[in-house]
Amino acid sequence: MNKKNSDYKVEVKNLTKYFGDLHVLDDISFNIKKGEFVCVVGPTGCGKTTFLNLLTRIYYPTEGDLYIDGESADPKKHNLAFVFQEPSSLPWLTVEKNLRFGLELKKVPKSEIDRRVEEIIRLLGLEQFRNSYPHQLSVSTAQRIIIGRAFAMNPDLLLMDEPYGQMDVKLRFYLEDEVIRLWKELGSTVVFITHNIEEAVYLAERVLILTNKPATIKEEVVIDMPHPRDVSDPKFIELRKYITSQIKWW
Amino acid sequence: MNGKVKESGLGLDVEEFKRKKQKNAYMMTMLSVVGILSFLLLWQISVSMEWVNQKFLASPMQVLNLFLVKLTDASPDGNTLGMNVLASLQVSLTGFTLAVCIGVPLGLLMGWYRGFDSLIRPIFEVVRPIPPVSWIPLIIVWLGIGLQAKAFIVFFSAFVPCVINSYTGIRQTVPVLINVAKTCGASNFTIFWKIGIPSSMTMVFTGIKVALGNAWSTLVAAEMLAASAGLGYMILMGRQFARPDIIILGITVIGAIGMLFSSLLNIAESKVLGWKKV
Ligand SMILES: Nc1ncnc2c1ncn2[C@@H]1O[C@H](COP(=O)(O)OP(=O)(O)O)[C@@H](O)[C@H]1O
Ligand SMILES: [Mg+2]
Repeated sequence: MNKKNSDYKVEVKNLTKYFGDLHVLDDISFNIKKGEFVCVVGPTGCGKTTFLNLLTRIYYPTEGDLYIDGESADPKKHNLAFVFQEPSSLPWLTVEKNLRFGLELKKVPKSEIDRRVEEIIRLLGLEQFRNSYPHQLSVSTAQRIIIGRAFAMNPDLLLMDEPYGQMDVKLRFYLEDEVIRLWKELGSTVVFITHNIEEAVYLAERVLILTNKPATIKEEVVIDMPHPRDVSDPKFIELRKYITSQIKWW
Repeated sequence: MNGKVKESGLGLDVEEFKRKKQKNAYMMTMLSVVGILSFLLLWQISVSMEWVNQKFLASPMQVLNLFLVKLTDASPDGNTLGMNVLASLQVSLTGFTLAVCIGVPLGLLMGWYRGFDSLIRPIFEVVRPIPPVSWIPLIIVWLGIGLQAKAFIVFFSAFVPCVINSYTGIRQTVPVLINVAKTCGASNFTIFWKIGIPSSMTMVFTGIKVALGNAWSTLVAAEMLAASAGLGYMILMGRQFARPDIIILGITVIGAIGMLFSSLLNIAESKVLGWKKV
């Protein structure tokens, strides 16, 4: 592969995944441009999480491969961050230490860690929980730690797997704007998985709609609207309805 | 006005509740003390009144008296109480410490690294069901009846729970936490160190507690079979000299030291696993 200078952050080529006899992903190919914000929607169990797990080498493809910056994907090489679907804060660390965890693994200098963690604590309103342990917090606050931990990495590829599923509407709206802000500020590439069509239309530059498993890409919808978007804008509503109608026959 | 009344009413309730709770705790402590005292009293009376033969049972006062005497007197077993305690501590701490220092890392490594597991597990599975005391005859042949021999037996009894619990503990590491570190680019060893080991700590401590109990009880068995000093040895001599007071003193001291160790271990545990309790 000699494509270092290509415009693509992520290239997915003929990706197929079986778990034993279970055929989950079926010959999927698509690209994600550098700096793009892509949402992936699809029915539960179609393989969305599996796709991210393949991209981070938690699993390996049955056939085909995934490339980041033109190289076969490898979390050791690339600066990526993953917000998992299930709770993933480290229960034995305080909120602050959880936020530092990934940066310390990456051997970021201490002064830089201090700076970024303070910033995240401020941004996500975690000051009062700084020295608390995750089990002392509500589910949505615990999820904020995980999002903060990912943001603090300043990743150039941010992977989020239904990150706001557990949250109340107010916090969700706030964090949706926050992820947009981060994305613009860092110029990172974001792959965001969600169940919520409105959320997808609110965030994404492009929405990938997956079919039931074995999943293929049913359709790509480009959302050509500037941020911040207005959910009551007729164009917004039309797109939301269109995507909803496309997934109705699941 | 109404609100204020209600508020002070609530305040009173909370105060009262707190006081009740405090009173309850006090009551419970008192009950425990009463329980122990009545047990001792009943024991004392039943010996004094000769409900039981003095040949078989010494009274608490006699035991207390013997305790004071044995602090300086080496008869009849040949060691003062302090010497016996020291001998037992030396054996049990040597065996127990070795068991923790070898067993815990071994269990963790077996639980984490497949190859290591395959290498060690067959041997471990054979050794594991052997009762520690059944090693005694062989150990005496190998190592005599000195410190090494007894420490070895204690080691075995404490080693097995250390290995098993550490192994099980690290095996139960939540996969997503491993993936968190993995996606940060961590190596397998770093994940083992930063995720696996902290995850396993609850089970590791359970194992160490079981190990401590085992170590202490095996120690007594070992000393009863082969020793020239120690609390187990003292108990055995008590039997030979038909001195129930010595036996009971030995048992009591063993119990007290065991309790002391358990509480030390609990303190260590709350240092490491304190986050669970906040
Ligand atoms: N490690 C695994 N082993 C076997 N089957 C799996 C594994 N991970 C996921 N699956 C299966 O693959 C399918 C897709 O799962 P997933 O990617 O989690 O779906 P979702 O789109 O809801 O995130 C499901 O049927 C799931 O049961
Ligand atoms: Mg999923």
